[in-house]
Amino acid sequence: MAVIELTGIKRYYSFGEVTVKALDGVDVTIDRTEFVAIMGASGSGKSTLMNIIGCLDVPTAGTYVLDGMDTSGATDDGLADIRNKKIGFVFQGFNLLQKTTALENVELPLLYDRAGGGKDAMKKAKEALERVGLGERLHHIPNQLSGGQQQRVAIARALVTDPAIIIADEPTGNLDTQMSNGIMSLFKELNNAGITIVMVTHEEDIALWARRKIVLRDGRVIREELRPAAPREEV
Amino acid sequence: MNASTLVRLSLRSILRNRMRSLLTTLGIIIGVCSVIVMVAVGEGSQASIRDNISSMGTNLIMIMPPRGQNAANRLVIEDVEKIRKEGVHVGAASGVVRSAQAVVGGIGNWPTTVYGVEPDYLRIKEWTTGAGDFFTERDVNLRAKKAVIGMTVAKQLFPDDDPVGKRFRIANTPFEIVGVLESKGSNAMGSDQDDIVMVPLSTAISRLRRSRYLQSIEISAASEDRMDDAQAEVEDILREAHRLSPEAENDFSVMNQAQIIEMASSVAKTLTMLLGAIAGVSLLVGGIGIMNIMLVSVTERTREIGIRLSVGARRRDILRQFLTESVVLSLSGGLIGILLAVGLSHLLESAFGLRAIISPFFILLSAGFAAAVGIFFGYYPAHKASAMNPIDALRAD
Ligand SMILES: Nc1ncnc2c1ncn2[C@@H]1O[C@H](COP(=O)(O)OP(=O)(O)OP(=O)(O)O)[C@@H](O)[C@H]1O
Ligand SMILES: [Mg+2]
Repeated sequence: MAVIELTGIKRYYSFGEVTVKALDGVDVTIDRTEFVAIMGASGSGKSTLMNIIGCLDVPTAGTYVLDGMDTSGATDDGLADIRNKKIGFVFQGFNLLQKTTALENVELPLLYDRAGGGKDAMKKAKEALERVGLGERLHHIPNQLSGGQQQRVAIARALVTDPAIIIADEPTGNLDTQMSNGIMSLFKELNNAGITIVMVTHEEDIALWARRKIVLRDGRVIREELRPAAPREEV
Repeated sequence: MNASTLVRLSLRSILRNRMRSLLTTLGIIIGVCSVIVMVAVGEGSQASIRDNISSMGTNLIMIMPPRGQNAANRLVIEDVEKIRKEGVHVGAASGVVRSAQAVVGGIGNWPTTVYGVEPDYLRIKEWTTGAGDFFTERDVNLRAKKAVIGMTVAKQLFPDDDPVGKRFRIANTPFEIVGVLESKGSNAMGSDQDDIVMVPLSTAISRLRRSRYLQSIEISAASEDRMDDAQAEVEDILREAHRLSPEAENDFSVMNQAQIIEMASSVAKTLTMLLGAIAGVSLLVGGIGIMNIMLVSVTERTREIGIRLSVGARRRDILRQFLTESVVLSLSGGLIGILLAVGLSHLLESAFGLRAIISPFFILLSAGFAAAVGIFFGYYPAHKASAMNPIDALRAD
């Protein structure tokens, strides 16, 4: 069953005469519990697409149906609710609040939960951190954690609201190979537990963790590959 | 996000930049503190004026030359005689002239105020002589060079002797001291009521002032419930004495005690309002300081705003967060200002003998005003924060 349905998505930026077509007609359907890697040269529109899927941005044209709901009619508040409930973001640069403990960083989305999910915020945040293997680092602030650990905190924050989808824009871009593999096996684990994962990456061997690969060029999908059996699936 | 979380959050971010927060709120602290102190001292001086005038005597009515630039003073000693003769509601009446003089005698000289009055004056002021006697009606008629002195003057000129019967000079004219007034001490404003010399009105007019016009006529009504009658009656008598036609305005002004209090404290009241307003301006300046630092803070924390938006904060959550922060900032400045003001008022009272009255209502008002300043000046920065585009905010460094 499709959880993300993008049809004819365009995202143009115009500066007077000049129009930059960051996305120029993208049709992508992603099913529940898929693990998708999005690849492409720099400037091909990967981040732009992720921002639209993550409801941080809205397309210039096209429709985006998320979990059966058309997002084009959503208000600012509606989009905020979607980001809060359905989507977890993981960024290349971690984007944690500085001088704030891991636990409080992970609690953050729950504080903005209008449906009362904020109850037991502390307990849920603790569980999420334990799930990413940071049960011992609850009260560390970002400066006291390694890059890989910081990214795990960010993943815990993405997880804590039980989202349907995790969106990761170059999650291993700032990490060395060993840390990257750690993060990827965590993603694999979450995917096995039923969470849909859409991830941007530049590196082929990181993309190998995904079942499907979508390649963009100049704002269009130029190629899709499905791997029947991923070599690392057993890890 | 609930209110307690918001407050906790803003306290944390305020305490993260302690020095900056303190400097930012300094404007509010000084503003609130000075508004309260100014108004407290103003209220205090109004109260002192009230007490002071009440202590001048009971059932007092005062007649003075008309107020205004080219109004002529036409009050003369004959007016007083007419009032005394015809006023059935009048208990006592005396013309008054005053002049500042250095009096010489005994062991040296002493600058004081010499009052020219009539014997009734003592009754109007509810005053008595402690030693000797007051001068009489006859002394006034004869322009006798007799004087009654206050305790302070007595102590300054005759520290070791009984002044009664001694002679001294006022404006080079020798006077005989016939009595010493009972000590009254300082009045509510702190001026020494015993620093006074009284001489017969006629003597003062001819020897000290060289003008036949009186500075005031003071009257006490026969009883408290006849104040209004006495006031109306005196007005009629004076109009007749000055031969005013029915449509002419009074060429004198008559005031009872309540009106005198009103008039005397109106200056203090205006001053209080003026000082309060100036202090209020400093409060506004403090608000601008808060706005300034909130704008800096919003810019510095662009990334944080982006992160919050990306995990599902709505625009109004961001707005509330920054608004709470500026209100907490200005309100804590206000509370510190209130505490300082209370301390400062006590200091002014104990160290300088000033009277300061802080009303609880005014404290609440200033706290409310500080909070309003926070909302007003915090709104623009908070709105700016909440209007940010999440993607741009996340890209900021
Ligand atoms: N806010 C913006 N204003 C104008 N142009 C933009 C904006 N954001 C992106 N673009 C343009 O859109 C195109 C796609 O950008 P995007 O960030 O999606 O690329 P990307 O595939 O993520 O690249 P990279 O691999 O370098 O991250 C680029 O040409 C970029 O210059
Ligand atoms: Mg990118």
